[in-house]
Amino acid sequence: MSISTKVLSGSGRKNPILPYLLVLPTMIIVLMFTAWPTLSSLYMSFFRQYLNIAKFRHPTFVGLRNYKELLTDSTFHQVLWNTLIYVVGTVPTSIVLAFLFALLVNRAVKGIGLARLSFFYPTILPMVSAATIWMFFFTPDYGLFNSALRTIGYRGPQNWTGNPHLALLAVMIVAVWKNAGYLMIFYLAGLQGLPTSVFEAADIDGAGWWKKLWAITFPLLRRTTLFVSTIAIIDAFQVIDHIFVLTQGGPSGSSTVLLYYLWQVRFEDQNVGLSSALTVVLIIIMLSITIANFLLSEREGE
Amino acid sequence: MGMKTRKKLTNWFLNLLTALVGLAWASVIIWGFVVSFRPESEPLGRGDVWFGHSVTFANYLKAWSLAPFGVYYRNTIVIVGMILAAQMVTITLAGFAFAHYKFWGKRGIFFFLLLQLMIPAAALLVPNFSTIRHLGLFDTVFAVALPYLGSAFGTFLMRQAFLEVPSDLVDAGIIDGCSWWQLLRHIYLPPSIPTLVAFALSSITWHWNEFLWPLVVTLTNRSRPLTIGLVRFTQLGEIGARWPLLAAATITVIAPLFLAFLLFQRQFMQSFLHSGLK
Repeated sequence: MSISTKVLSGSGRKNPILPYLLVLPTMIIVLMFTAWPTLSSLYMSFFRQYLNIAKFRHPTFVGLRNYKELLTDSTFHQVLWNTLIYVVGTVPTSIVLAFLFALLVNRAVKGIGLARLSFFYPTILPMVSAATIWMFFFTPDYGLFNSALRTIGYRGPQNWTGNPHLALLAVMIVAVWKNAGYLMIFYLAGLQGLPTSVFEAADIDGAGWWKKLWAITFPLLRRTTLFVSTIAIIDAFQVIDHIFVLTQGGPSGSSTVLLYYLWQVRFEDQNVGLSSALTVVLIIIMLSITIANFLLSEREGE
Repeated sequence: MGMKTRKKLTNWFLNLLTALVGLAWASVIIWGFVVSFRPESEPLGRGDVWFGHSVTFANYLKAWSLAPFGVYYRNTIVIVGMILAAQMVTITLAGFAFAHYKFWGKRGIFFFLLLQLMIPAAALLVPNFSTIRHLGLFDTVFAVALPYLGSAFGTFLMRQAFLEVPSDLVDAGIIDGCSWWQLLRHIYLPPSIPTLVAFALSSITWHWNEFLWPLVVTLTNRSRPLTIGLVRFTQLGEIGARWPLLAAATITVIAPLFLAFLLFQRQFMQSFLHSGLK
């Protein structure tokens, strides 16, 4: 075969086995730790198995009983409600703050790098380390969070992590603090990518700051907002490390969210069947979010 | 009020706002750092929660004597190192296969790998724990690393980077008789190093900080990483509300990554910007 036909026929880009060997390691990992566990938890969700009760050590088929149990279980209802509050409370707040932070640090002012650093650094801290320090912030009486609230006149209950009405709010505050700076960098990149000509045209038309923000910046950053919302929602479901440090899901389950509950059911109650059903619920939620994001961004792309 | 004064005033207000909120955000790390050097003999009280009268390293020594942080460090470094080394190889090879070769089933395999992006590992805690048990890997550092040795996201990033390499260059390499390995090593890889570094930074951060998965698959100090060690430390009976000690332990866990971040801020932010979906 001559040299030129070798290129044209693309023989250099074809090989009967090599490409498969190259992707094999990655495929094995996805097979073992994503595909297989998805199917096996679906399968195990139809069985009753408690590892701490001798009689139920071995799985017995019970059909949809685990799912029925979830439907009638008041603890699960509370967990779902908590999760909803957690997601609806933290995601929009983080996004709005992220956008405001991006606007603030996107100005050419001396020392602005330091502000950017202050907003972003929580991203690289382990959530459990951050939560350990927040534990002090929430300490009754001399905790910094309470001191700060006192200076603006708040005299209400102080034991944030120990109060059933405040515990969930406390873990939400930590989540917002941790996430806002991370989401900020996407808006910052978005702002820096905006065409200056549009703003110049608006200036000539005499548009005010607010008008420009509302009529130009926002619409142009729609895609960023969609992307940021998706990662924020997915993170809200899967980042629960701080709950282990701050409240352990309490008091009386008031700060237990879905993934934390899943962990409890499996590793404290040793209830394999129910935890598998919960895994399936979580997988369905995750898949719905990803698919919704995909459909929405397709529509945006048109 | 003239336009100029108004603008000046607005800017002044925005600067003040930025400074105040920035300080509030930073207070977490600043307090932790300051208090970790405060003598334990000066308990915290209302209005006095920052500096002590002297500076001491005693809290660090005490924390390290109460819990085997050295062992936790070793475990974390081994776990992060193992994941990083394996990922660099697997994502480069798989990314190269997708970018360079035409092969039967390419699309199908691509979508199959997408699964890892759609279903986060955290949701699969329970079945993956069973797998680790069945493999006999429970309570090993390898168990903590294993699910992450291949990364669909990293593969896509590398594929994207490799696709940017001009095909003329690749064809020239083929004509010169380069083997696949030489093509990868000398033509594809050099311009793609920044992508590899960006992925590496977010991978290191992510796995240094991970908590839930190691919590589930480790049992003793032979495999526990720093994050688990820290939470156990906070729950030790004798620690209670000894904040200087807790702060020292926290800073211990954070320090290396935080220093690296301070030195390479821009690279870290870029890295996180490109790894939106972990």
